[in-house]
Amino acid sequence: MNPDWIAGLIGGLMIGCAAAAYLLGNGRIMGASGLLGGLVDGTGRSNMIERAVFIAALILAPALLVMIGAAERSAPIAGSGVLVLAGLLVGFGTRLGNGCTSGHGVCGISRFSRRGIVATLVYLFTGGVAVIVARALGWTA
Amino acid sequence: MRLVIAALAGALFGTGLLISGMTDPAKVQGWLDVFGNWDPTLGFVLTGAILPMLVAWRVAARRRTALTGTELPPPPPQKIDGRLIAGAALFGLGWGLSGLCPGPAMASLGFGGVPFLIFFAAMVAGMLLFSFWSRRA
Repeated sequence: MNPDWIAGLIGGLMIGCAAAAYLLGNGRIMGASGLLGGLVDGTGRSNMIERAVFIAALILAPALLVMIGAAERSAPIAGSGVLVLAGLLVGFGTRLGNGCTSGHGVCGISRFSRRGIVATLVYLFTGGVAVIVARALGWTA
Repeated sequence: MRLVIAALAGALFGTGLLISGMTDPAKVQGWLDVFGNWDPTLGFVLTGAILPMLVAWRVAARRRTALTGTELPPPPPQKIDGRLIAGAALFGLGWGLSGLCPGPAMASLGFGGVPFLIFFAAMVAGMLLFSFWSRRA
Protein backbone atom coordinates (compact mmCIF):
# COMPACT_ATOMS: atom_id res chain seq x y z
CA MET A 1 0.00 0.00 0.00
CA ASN A 2 1.07 3.56 -0.69
CA PRO A 3 2.85 4.99 2.44
CA ASP A 4 0.65 8.08 2.27
CA TRP A 5 -2.44 5.88 2.57
CA ILE A 6 -1.02 4.13 5.66
CA ALA A 7 -0.09 7.47 7.27
CA GLY A 8 -3.56 8.75 6.37
CA LEU A 9 -5.25 5.74 7.95
CA ILE A 10 -3.16 5.91 11.15
CA GLY A 11 -3.58 9.69 11.46
CA GLY A 12 -7.28 9.24 10.74
CA LEU A 13 -7.64 6.66 13.51
CA MET A 14 -6.01 9.12 15.92
CA ILE A 15 -8.45 11.84 14.83
CA GLY A 16 -11.35 9.43 15.37
CA CYS A 17 -10.08 8.38 18.81
CA ALA A 18 -9.76 12.04 19.79
CA ALA A 19 -13.35 12.66 18.68
CA ALA A 20 -14.52 9.55 20.56
CA ALA A 21 -12.75 10.66 23.76
CA TYR A 22 -14.26 14.14 23.49
CA LEU A 23 -17.75 12.72 22.91
CA LEU A 24 -17.75 10.04 25.60
CA GLY A 25 -15.64 12.05 28.05
CA ASN A 26 -17.09 15.53 27.76
CA GLY A 27 -20.32 14.89 25.87
CA ARG A 28 -19.31 17.17 23.02
CA ILE A 29 -18.99 16.90 19.28
CA MET A 30 -15.41 17.54 18.20
CA GLY A 31 -15.95 20.03 15.39
CA ALA A 32 -12.98 22.32 14.76
CA SER A 33 -14.97 25.21 13.27
CA GLY A 34 -17.60 25.03 16.02
CA LEU A 35 -15.02 24.95 18.81
CA LEU A 36 -13.19 27.97 17.43
CA GLY A 37 -16.32 29.78 16.21
CA GLY A 38 -17.90 29.65 19.65
CA LEU A 39 -14.84 31.41 21.05
CA VAL A 40 -14.72 33.97 18.24
CA ASP A 41 -18.35 35.10 18.38
CA GLY A 42 -18.95 34.49 22.08
CA THR A 43 -21.69 31.85 21.62
CA GLY A 44 -19.49 29.34 23.42
CA ARG A 45 -19.15 31.49 26.55
CA SER A 46 -20.41 28.79 28.91
CA ASN A 47 -17.47 26.48 28.18
CA MET A 48 -14.88 28.95 27.01
CA ILE A 49 -11.98 27.50 29.02
CA GLU A 50 -12.62 23.96 27.77
CA ARG A 51 -12.60 25.22 24.19
CA ALA A 52 -9.42 27.23 24.75
CA VAL A 53 -7.64 24.27 26.35
CA PHE A 54 -8.64 21.99 23.47
CA ILE A 55 -7.39 24.48 20.87
CA ALA A 56 -4.16 25.19 22.77
CA ALA A 57 -3.37 21.46 22.85
CA LEU A 58 -4.34 21.17 19.19
CA ILE A 59 -1.78 23.85 18.33
CA LEU A 60 0.97 22.79 20.76
CA ALA A 61 1.14 19.03 20.05
CA PRO A 62 1.94 19.29 16.32
CA ALA A 63 4.28 22.25 16.92
CA LEU A 64 6.23 20.14 19.43
CA LEU A 65 6.41 17.17 17.06
CA VAL A 66 7.75 19.35 14.27
CA MET A 67 10.20 21.05 16.63
CA ILE A 68 11.75 17.74 17.74
CA GLY A 69 11.93 16.68 14.11
CA ALA A 70 9.31 13.92 14.33
CA ALA A 71 7.37 15.41 11.44
CA GLU A 72 8.03 17.71 8.53
CA ARG A 73 6.76 21.24 8.43
CA SER A 74 4.50 21.88 5.48
CA ALA A 75 4.58 24.76 3.07
CA PRO A 76 1.61 26.81 1.90
CA ILE A 77 0.70 26.55 -1.75
CA ALA A 78 -1.15 29.79 -2.28
CA GLY A 79 -0.15 33.44 -2.16
CA SER A 80 -1.36 35.82 0.52
CA GLY A 81 -4.29 37.15 -1.51
CA VAL A 82 -5.65 33.68 -2.20
CA LEU A 83 -5.08 32.67 1.43
CA VAL A 84 -7.13 35.66 2.62
CA LEU A 85 -9.97 34.88 0.20
CA ALA A 86 -9.89 31.18 1.11
CA GLY A 87 -9.76 31.93 4.84
CA LEU A 88 -12.80 34.20 4.59
CA LEU A 89 -14.69 31.52 2.66
CA VAL A 90 -13.78 28.80 5.17
CA GLY A 91 -14.64 30.97 8.18
CA PHE A 92 -17.95 32.27 6.83
CA GLY A 93 -18.95 28.98 5.19
CA THR A 94 -18.33 26.74 8.20
CA ARG A 95 -20.39 29.04 10.44
CA LEU A 96 -23.20 29.31 7.90
CA GLY A 97 -23.25 25.55 7.28
CA ASN A 98 -22.56 24.84 10.97
CA GLY A 99 -19.61 22.54 10.52
CA CYS A 100 -16.47 21.49 8.70
CA THR A 101 -14.54 18.32 7.95
CA SER A 102 -14.39 17.19 11.58
CA GLY A 103 -17.93 18.06 12.65
CA HIS A 104 -19.91 17.16 9.51
CA GLY A 105 -17.40 14.70 8.07
CA VAL A 106 -16.05 12.67 10.98
CA CYS A 107 -18.71 13.13 13.69
CA GLY A 108 -21.70 13.49 11.34
CA ILE A 109 -21.14 10.65 8.91
CA SER A 110 -20.32 8.21 11.73
CA ARG A 111 -23.78 8.76 13.24
CA PHE A 112 -25.41 8.61 9.80
CA SER A 113 -26.54 12.23 10.06
CA ARG A 114 -28.22 13.32 6.83
CA ARG A 115 -26.90 16.86 7.25
CA GLY A 116 -23.36 15.63 7.80
CA ILE A 117 -23.43 13.39 4.75
CA VAL A 118 -24.96 16.03 2.47
CA ALA A 119 -22.56 18.74 3.70
CA THR A 120 -19.58 16.46 3.13
CA LEU A 121 -20.65 15.63 -0.43
CA VAL A 122 -21.16 19.34 -1.15
CA TYR A 123 -17.81 20.54 0.21
CA LEU A 124 -15.91 17.72 -1.45
CA PHE A 125 -17.54 18.70 -4.76
CA THR A 126 -16.85 22.43 -4.48
CA GLY A 127 -13.39 21.64 -3.12
CA GLY A 128 -12.67 19.66 -6.28
CA VAL A 129 -13.99 22.53 -8.41
CA ALA A 130 -11.82 25.01 -6.50
CA VAL A 131 -8.70 22.93 -7.16
CA ILE A 132 -9.41 23.02 -10.90
CA VAL A 133 -9.98 26.78 -10.76
CA ALA A 134 -6.87 27.40 -8.66
CA ARG A 135 -4.73 25.37 -11.03
CA ALA A 136 -6.22 26.96 -14.15
CA LEU A 137 -5.56 30.44 -12.80
CA GLY A 138 -2.06 29.54 -11.66
CA TRP A 139 -2.99 30.29 -8.01
CA THR A 140 -1.22 27.25 -6.74
CA ALA A 141 2.22 25.70 -6.83
CA MET B 1 -11.28 16.33 34.52
CA ARG B 2 -13.10 18.02 31.63
CA LEU B 3 -10.05 20.11 30.94
CA VAL B 4 -7.72 17.12 31.03
CA ILE B 5 -9.90 15.30 28.51
CA ALA B 6 -10.09 18.43 26.34
CA ALA B 7 -6.29 18.73 26.38
CA LEU B 8 -5.75 15.05 25.55
CA ALA B 9 -8.35 15.09 22.77
CA GLY B 10 -6.91 18.31 21.32
CA ALA B 11 -3.36 16.94 21.37
CA LEU B 12 -4.42 13.65 19.78
CA PHE B 13 -6.48 15.48 17.16
CA GLY B 14 -3.54 17.70 16.28
CA THR B 15 -1.13 14.76 16.11
CA GLY B 16 -3.52 12.81 13.90
CA LEU B 17 -3.97 15.78 11.56
CA LEU B 18 -0.19 16.14 11.28
CA ILE B 19 0.53 12.43 10.72
CA SER B 20 -2.30 11.96 8.24
CA GLY B 21 -1.02 14.79 6.04
CA MET B 22 -4.09 17.01 6.54
CA THR B 23 -1.79 19.91 7.52
CA ASP B 24 0.04 19.72 4.19
CA PRO B 25 -1.89 21.94 1.74
CA ALA B 26 -0.12 20.53 -1.32
CA LYS B 27 -1.16 16.99 -0.44
CA VAL B 28 -4.69 18.03 0.47
CA GLN B 29 -5.15 19.75 -2.90
CA GLY B 30 -4.16 16.50 -4.59
CA TRP B 31 -6.68 14.64 -2.45
CA LEU B 32 -9.40 17.09 -3.50
CA ASP B 33 -8.49 16.93 -7.17
CA VAL B 34 -11.33 14.48 -7.79
CA PHE B 35 -11.82 15.64 -11.36
CA GLY B 36 -8.12 15.40 -12.21
CA ASN B 37 -5.14 13.35 -11.07
CA TRP B 38 -6.87 12.22 -7.89
CA ASP B 39 -4.98 10.85 -4.86
CA PRO B 40 -7.44 8.84 -2.69
CA THR B 41 -5.56 9.34 0.60
CA LEU B 42 -8.34 11.57 1.99
CA GLY B 43 -10.62 8.52 1.84
CA PHE B 44 -8.20 6.65 4.11
CA VAL B 45 -8.04 9.56 6.58
CA LEU B 46 -11.84 9.87 6.71
CA THR B 47 -12.34 6.12 7.01
CA GLY B 48 -9.76 5.90 9.80
CA ALA B 49 -11.44 8.76 11.65
CA ILE B 50 -14.97 7.44 11.21
CA LEU B 51 -14.24 3.91 12.52
CA PRO B 52 -13.64 4.83 16.21
CA MET B 53 -16.60 7.22 16.04
CA LEU B 54 -18.94 4.48 14.81
CA VAL B 55 -18.16 2.62 18.05
CA ALA B 56 -18.35 5.81 20.13
CA TRP B 57 -21.86 6.70 18.89
CA ARG B 58 -23.03 3.14 19.69
CA VAL B 59 -21.67 3.44 23.23
CA ALA B 60 -23.20 6.91 23.55
CA ALA B 61 -26.60 5.58 22.51
CA ARG B 62 -26.61 3.28 25.55
CA ARG B 63 -25.65 5.98 28.03
CA ARG B 64 -27.46 9.04 29.32
CA THR B 65 -24.42 11.11 30.17
CA ALA B 66 -20.75 11.37 29.29
CA LEU B 67 -18.06 10.30 31.79
CA THR B 68 -17.88 13.80 33.28
CA GLY B 69 -21.65 13.87 33.82
CA THR B 70 -22.52 16.19 30.93
CA GLU B 71 -25.48 15.26 28.80
CA LEU B 72 -24.63 13.62 25.51
CA PRO B 73 -25.57 15.46 22.29
CA PRO B 74 -29.21 15.15 21.20
CA PRO B 75 -30.05 13.27 17.98
CA PRO B 76 -28.88 15.25 14.94
CA PRO B 77 -31.29 17.62 13.18
CA GLN B 78 -32.45 16.24 9.85
CA LYS B 79 -33.26 19.44 8.01
CA ILE B 80 -31.33 19.99 4.78
CA ASP B 81 -31.68 23.70 4.16
CA GLY B 82 -30.11 26.38 2.02
CA ARG B 83 -27.80 27.45 4.82
CA LEU B 84 -26.26 24.00 5.10
CA ILE B 85 -25.75 23.67 1.36
CA ALA B 86 -24.47 27.21 0.82
CA GLY B 87 -22.22 27.05 3.87
CA ALA B 88 -20.71 23.71 2.86
CA ALA B 89 -20.27 24.96 -0.72
CA LEU B 90 -18.40 28.12 0.38
CA PHE B 91 -16.29 26.16 2.84
CA GLY B 92 -15.34 23.65 0.12
CA LEU B 93 -14.24 26.44 -2.21
CA GLY B 94 -11.98 27.90 0.47
CA TRP B 95 -10.63 24.46 1.36
CA GLY B 96 -9.81 23.68 -2.27
CA LEU B 97 -8.18 27.05 -2.92
CA SER B 98 -5.92 26.89 0.13
CA GLY B 99 -5.70 23.19 0.99
CA LEU B 100 -6.63 24.13 4.57
CA CYS B 101 -9.73 23.41 6.64
CA PRO B 102 -10.31 24.67 10.22
CA GLY B 103 -8.68 21.82 12.19
CA PRO B 104 -5.42 21.71 10.21
CA ALA B 105 -5.39 25.52 10.01
CA MET B 106 -5.16 25.60 13.80
CA ALA B 107 -2.84 22.58 14.03
CA SER B 108 -0.25 24.27 11.79
CA LEU B 109 -0.30 27.64 13.59
CA GLY B 110 2.65 26.69 15.78
CA PHE B 111 5.00 25.68 12.99
CA GLY B 112 3.65 27.03 9.71
CA GLY B 113 4.86 30.60 9.83
CA VAL B 114 3.32 33.76 8.42
CA PRO B 115 1.17 32.34 5.54
CA PHE B 116 -0.67 30.05 7.95
CA LEU B 117 -1.21 32.97 10.33
CA ILE B 118 -2.67 34.97 7.44
CA PHE B 119 -5.08 32.16 6.60
CA PHE B 120 -6.07 31.76 10.26
CA ALA B 121 -6.68 35.49 10.69
CA ALA B 122 -8.84 35.55 7.55
CA MET B 123 -10.77 32.50 8.78
CA VAL B 124 -11.50 34.20 12.11
CA ALA B 125 -12.53 37.33 10.19
CA GLY B 126 -14.89 35.20 8.10
CA MET B 127 -16.44 33.81 11.28
CA LEU B 128 -16.90 37.32 12.69
CA LEU B 129 -18.37 38.46 9.38
CA PHE B 130 -20.93 35.68 9.60
CA SER B 131 -21.74 36.65 13.16
CA PHE B 132 -22.47 40.27 12.13
CA TRP B 133 -24.35 39.20 9.03
CA SER B 134 -26.56 36.71 10.85
CA ARG B 135 -27.42 39.22 13.54
CA ARG B 136 -28.62 41.70 10.90
CA ALA B 137 -30.53 39.15 8.83
